[in-house]
Amino acid sequence: MTATSPDGYIGRSVPRREDRRLLLGQGAYVADLVLPGMVHAAFARSQLAHARIAAIDLARAAAEPGVAFALDGAALAREMPPIGGMQVTAPKGWAERVEHRIGLPPQNLMASDRVRYVGEAFAVVCADSRYTAEDAIEAIDVEFEPLPAVVDPETAKEGEILHPDIGSNAVAELHVEKGDVARAMAAAPHRIRRRFRHHRYAAMPLECRGVAAEYDRRTDSLTVWSSTQVVHWVRKELAAALGMAEEKVRVLAPDVGGGFGGKGHVYPEDLIIPYLARRIGRPVRWVEDRHEHILNAAHSRDNIHEAEIGFDDEGRILAFRDRFVVDSGAYSPVGAGVAYNTTAHLLGPYHIENFSGTTEMVVTNKTPNAPYRGAGRPEATQVTERLMDIAADALGMEPAEIRLRNMIGPERMPYAVGLPYRDGVPMTYDSGDYPESLRRAVDEIGGVEAFRARQEAARAEGRWLGLGLGCYTEGTGVGPFEGATVKVDASGKIVVSTGACPIGQGHETVFAQVTADAWKVPIEDVVVLLADTSTLTMGYGSIASRSTVTSSMAIGDASDKVKAKVLAVAAHLLEASEADLELADGRVAVKGVAEMSVTLREIAAAAAPGWLSRRPEGSEAGLEATSYYEPPTVTSAHASSASRTPAGCGSSAMSRCTTLAGWSIPGSPTARSRAGWCRVWAARSTNRSNTTSRASC
Amino acid sequence: MKPPRFDYHAPESLEEALDLLADSGPDARILAGGQSLVPVLNFRLARPGVLIDINRVTGIAGIGDAGDRLTIGAMTRQREIEVSETVARAAPLLHEATGHVAHLPIRSRGTIGGSMANADPAAEDPAVAAALEATMVCRSRRGERRIAAAGFFVDVLTTALEPDEMLVAVEIPKIPAGAGAAFAEISRRDGDFALAGVAAQIALANGRVSDARISACGLGPAPVRFREAEEILLDGACEPAAIAAAAASVAAACDPHGDVHASAAYRRQLAEAMTRRALASARERAGGSA
Ligand SMILES: Cc1cc2nc3c(=O)[nH]c(=O)nc-3n(C[C@H](O)[C@H](O)[C@H](O)COP(=O)(O)OP(=O)(O)OC[C@H]3O[C@@H](n4cnc5c(N)ncnc54)[C@H](O)[C@@H]3O)c2cc1C
Repeated sequence: MTATSPDGYIGRSVPRREDRRLLLGQGAYVADLVLPGMVHAAFARSQLAHARIAAIDLARAAAEPGVAFALDGAALAREMPPIGGMQVTAPKGWAERVEHRIGLPPQNLMASDRVRYVGEAFAVVCADSRYTAEDAIEAIDVEFEPLPAVVDPETAKEGEILHPDIGSNAVAELHVEKGDVARAMAAAPHRIRRRFRHHRYAAMPLECRGVAAEYDRRTDSLTVWSSTQVVHWVRKELAAALGMAEEKVRVLAPDVGGGFGGKGHVYPEDLIIPYLARRIGRPVRWVEDRHEHILNAAHSRDNIHEAEIGFDDEGRILAFRDRFVVDSGAYSPVGAGVAYNTTAHLLGPYHIENFSGTTEMVVTNKTPNAPYRGAGRPEATQVTERLMDIAADALGMEPAEIRLRNMIGPERMPYAVGLPYRDGVPMTYDSGDYPESLRRAVDEIGGVEAFRARQEAARAEGRWLGLGLGCYTEGTGVGPFEGATVKVDASGKIVVSTGACPIGQGHETVFAQVTADAWKVPIEDVVVLLADTSTLTMGYGSIASRSTVTSSMAIGDASDKVKAKVLAVAAHLLEASEADLELADGRVAVKGVAEMSVTLREIAAAAAPGWLSRRPEGSEAGLEATSYYEPPTVTSAHASSASRTPAGCGSSAMSRCTTLAGWSIPGSPTARSRAGWCRVWAARSTNRSNTTSRASC
Repeated sequence: MKPPRFDYHAPESLEEALDLLADSGPDARILAGGQSLVPVLNFRLARPGVLIDINRVTGIAGIGDAGDRLTIGAMTRQREIEVSETVARAAPLLHEATGHVAHLPIRSRGTIGGSMANADPAAEDPAVAAALEATMVCRSRRGERRIAAAGFFVDVLTTALEPDEMLVAVEIPKIPAGAGAAFAEISRRDGDFALAGVAAQIALANGRVSDARISACGLGPAPVRFREAEEILLDGACEPAAIAAAAASVAAACDPHGDVHASAAYRRQLAEAMTRRALASARERAGGSA
């Protein structure tokens, strides 16, 4: 057994646990699963952006050789409800803090009476191979009556209505305001108004999506493998849609080849494939091909902003107004949260007293839009930072200077922003020195003055150099929660399971580091179980760049509970007081008396129920606990980056200050109980006061 | 994205391959590197009943020196051409053009024969063949047929090959002494098919242009030589004014189409710019002063 590292594992580079199997080709993805009797599903997908399904007949397709089953959208709709949304209803806190009108359309699992985007499925075929299934798709007789396609978000309201039940293509409107924008804007010595477009993105993970499912008739239970970032969410929707107990449904994500957010919510296929497996009594697998992925996996961003700022001669921003439209595509699988997240990040690191943000979400005949990496933040930062540059230009001021003049200084921390976050809680920036962060980034590339001199010299030679600055403050470690179960099993190993679903980030390694340090055991003695609903009752998944924070908090809390039991049992075995004991190197010893110790394995045996149990009188058997970490709200992270062009020989520097969930929210109920845990964590990893800088050339 | 059903043969000799081709009729397709054919099969845009995989056929790959020309076997991978010193020396135009074809993994599979037979209007190899007056060596059970490039590329994705014929080699005349060649193209992203590309080879004798070859890809249904532009250059010093006039002539004579990637007008503009670039480099490489 290797000894525990005296400095712990957090903050140190340790070999990634997952790499060995991945590099040796021993990883296993949904497409590698072969189940006895398995059939392969293929979907018939619309090639029209908007059309009514006038007639559909699957008889010829079903009769193709090798076809096991064929089903159209209308037939499925009679048996399965539309997919449940995450935020079809707004968070509680919005009620009094965000003016909103939300009428998001439910999404049928497959189109039943009309198709609303190219790539939308309207029928599915299961056959003995994917080839035969695709042959059968070609034999589907379907008649479409084309409808006018709505493609421009700004005129979407006048277009053909996509969802007659909703009655309008404008499906949500959100508004927040602080101060008196109208007055401040009118009184401002200078005003600038600009239009910004943040285009549509399409995530392109190396592995496309995929789902396989097997139904066990004997136990009436389902096992589902999905290339997803949210196994617990999939299970919840699936159990609800099929009317099954959640414990009868096991969802796991095998190795997942990237996601970027594109696998961050429940898709129709996550429900359809398990339904088919139960319906036809054979395992079913669907592997999304690249063509399907491009058409059908959620897209993201796609905003048009009309933004205006009012400012004085010194460059102080007096008023900021932004009105933007979000092109949501045909449905909105994750709701209005991401749109509001953009609004919530518009003020960024700046103190601006008068602000108004209005969002309109419209539906168009495009692939549905859902959050990706950043979830609305890049859109906001683009708008605010461009306005800063444009205002600086108008005043003949350095772009760094105008930012410094408007930044919230460290003396104002914690800073109440005056707007609610997307979770509905009023936003507070907890800590950080934003101006210092920007100053360091600029210094890293040699300072503004030196750059201007170089720029002028280059211009004389006909070369154009540019300086780009970008500053932002973001909410991090968002809830609603994450869970973890921690056990000391009979072998003495620490077994940890959490709701995080790795898609390439190295979670197995990260949580092993965190757990090894929490328990002071060699990292080899930690077993990490991820992305499997059978190992944890409630979990949330890997979205919003939050897993290290939220899962680690839950692991820390559950570990504290189990450690208390471990110490109690050890004290009993060693006939010592708990206060005299310490945990290190996989054993509990009396402080200063190394010979007087018991191993975790011995403690586990003593804590087990049964005739051989040697636990203290009246204590509960077993060494196991589950915790759910519910962050009270987000914490704030900030970064400033500076880069100079020309590209290729450019140089960039980034400087950031980060805080941990629960670390610096004074008075928050969890802050105190988490403090000890977080201190260890923060001191060794990101550290709230540590400002890291990066420069490259 | 799976192809419809087909029968698959993997012959090991040319005779066997040609027999299969002759016996299968027009429903058969040859599979070389598969970099163009497999995607169209997967999208079900082509539905051949029979695939004849010639990857195992011996004697139809490799770069040979035949005196005044190179003989390049149809199954020679584009990557082999790209790294061949023989090609770099004797057919620098083909060498430079090949570097523009797709991405490394695609060139590692894709073949010169496949590219010629596929006759994509935006492909580089056919443009080079047209400029250099390459000869396509074709075989069928009936015998051998040698087709000049000018007669080989008929239209978009259409060649003079008969259904029972296979391209077995491409003969590329070597660059004469005192000549320079250059290939210039524009694509939105590195490795994409060209929006427009121009191939040029200039021979100088006593500072005068004794031979000029200009052809293009992406600028018409099939590659052709731009004879009028070549005439403008002949016997001149290939000075900037002549290059400009030749470029204007190419722009006027080409027949580009507009699509989602670029309008016809923009491609025509590119034709002029690419001709200028290619000619200027070719002249410089031929030893002419800048
Ligand atoms: C992403 C991507 C980008 C690309 N970009 C470019 C580019 O920039 N420029 C470019 O030129 N190409 C490009 N290509 C095409 C690529 O270069 C192909 O490899 C080439 O066009 C065909 O060669 P192949 O050996 O793969 O032929 P295959 O795909 O095997 O065959 C192509 C066609 O030619 C026929 N054929 C093949 N060999 C013979 C033969 N010996 N006799 C008769 N018929 C034959 C086949 O039946 C088929 O119809 C690209 C391809 C991809 C996938």
